[in-house]
Amino acid sequence: MPILRIPTPLRSYTSGQSEVNVNGGNISEALTDLTTQYPTIKPHIFNDGGELRPFVNLFIGENNIKDLQGVETPIKDGDRLVLIPSIAGG
Amino acid sequence: MFPELSRDEILRYSRHLLIPEVGLEGQRKLKNSSALIIGTGGLGSPVALYLAAAGIGRIGLVDYDVVDSSNLQRQVIHGTSTVGKLKVESARDKLIDLNPDIQVDVYNEPFTSENALRIARDYDIILDGTDNFPTRYLTNDVAVFLGKPNVYASIYRFDGQASVFYAKEGPCYRCLFPEPPPPGLVPSCAEGGVLGVLPGTIGTIQATEALKLLLGIGEPLIGKLLLYNALDMTFDFVKLKKNPNCRVCGPNADIKELIDYEEFCGVPSHDHEEGSAGAGLDITVQELSERMKSNHLKLLDVREPHELEISALPNATNIPLGQLAARLSELDTADEMVIFCKSGGRSARGLELLVSAGFKKVKNLKGGINAWAREVDTNLPVY
Repeated sequence: MPILRIPTPLRSYTSGQSEVNVNGGNISEALTDLTTQYPTIKPHIFNDGGELRPFVNLFIGENNIKDLQGVETPIKDGDRLVLIPSIAGG
Repeated sequence: MFPELSRDEILRYSRHLLIPEVGLEGQRKLKNSSALIIGTGGLGSPVALYLAAAGIGRIGLVDYDVVDSSNLQRQVIHGTSTVGKLKVESARDKLIDLNPDIQVDVYNEPFTSENALRIARDYDIILDGTDNFPTRYLTNDVAVFLGKPNVYASIYRFDGQASVFYAKEGPCYRCLFPEPPPPGLVPSCAEGGVLGVLPGTIGTIQATEALKLLLGIGEPLIGKLLLYNALDMTFDFVKLKKNPNCRVCGPNADIKELIDYEEFCGVPSHDHEEGSAGAGLDITVQELSERMKSNHLKLLDVREPHELEISALPNATNIPLGQLAARLSELDTADEMVIFCKSGGRSARGLELLVSAGFKKVKNLKGGINAWAREVDTNLPVY
């Protein structure tokens, strides 16, 4: 099962979990599974139209899905997905 | 072509002169170089200290804040003796004490669209150590327009990010983050906290990148983003590519001059928690104190449970802001309610949520429990 790494600012919506196992053959299905497991995270990742918010970046390994096939990018067991939000603290 | 080093400077920088990648020529290069540091807070502290120690000839510091004792847990360039002083002056004094051979120029003003290009124009590199989204987008755009590298870092709780955004050679900040998050969605350090040593770890990485760029050595973090987590002690790197649709550095860029960044981000360009929900929606701590004597008011505390150990109001119901939307059924729309948090920022967002859910008799406690602790119950601590 692919593993999705959750950044600190979003962990309050995943019961404090830093990594979540997600089911799905592509990014879109994996994110749907994430929001099914943790519904309150949904508005922080998707906009009202159901698209990934522009300030949220999702990487497979070291590649941004924007540079691959977006939410249609296929994933497989053992893939490591990383959500990267923008943070501004200094 | 680079300035000579004095006898004293040769002794001071001897550990640099011994490294072949730096050497005498590199040290003279550093003496001839300049760096502008935006913010003298958590990140700006280690950045400024190490760049000064390294012998960067001219350092510019931009900040308009004064030193507060709540800064000292992480902003190590300041000290107890400089609480209440201007941050740029507190920082300059420390830098000159560390290295009297360098020049430190201070800008005791907010970094804005009006002054940013003028301030940044004469520096070789820009280091982004600010604490808010508007100034981060401004710093990026200034660096793109002036063709300078923007050595970026940001932090939150246990997480840090660092990169070098240099549009001439790779992506810029907007390539990665075309738009800021909606106001209130990403908590600031003033709201969410930060491990004091985190900006030390990440700020020294920023300083390292700046020195490499100025010396022209090593592999800079251009096109790469470092993701650090202090709890897991993980350093992950991801690849960043130039976004062909980037509005400032792409081939069809439509943003050609600095914009209104507070409007773009929908938040003010500082990290001081705002204590107000707007006209007619606030209640002051004095008003609340009076009202509590006569009639029953429901108090709703939207802070995190661990904050209640620091200070609390009796009989308040605690529902953390992040859970509020899911737990509305625990509240009665008919109740007269006062919602509060630490300083009034989170509760103002909670109030918006309640109003949109049909609650009509809710007020936001202006200034939060900290205002209550300052003005009503001085036995409570301010944090």
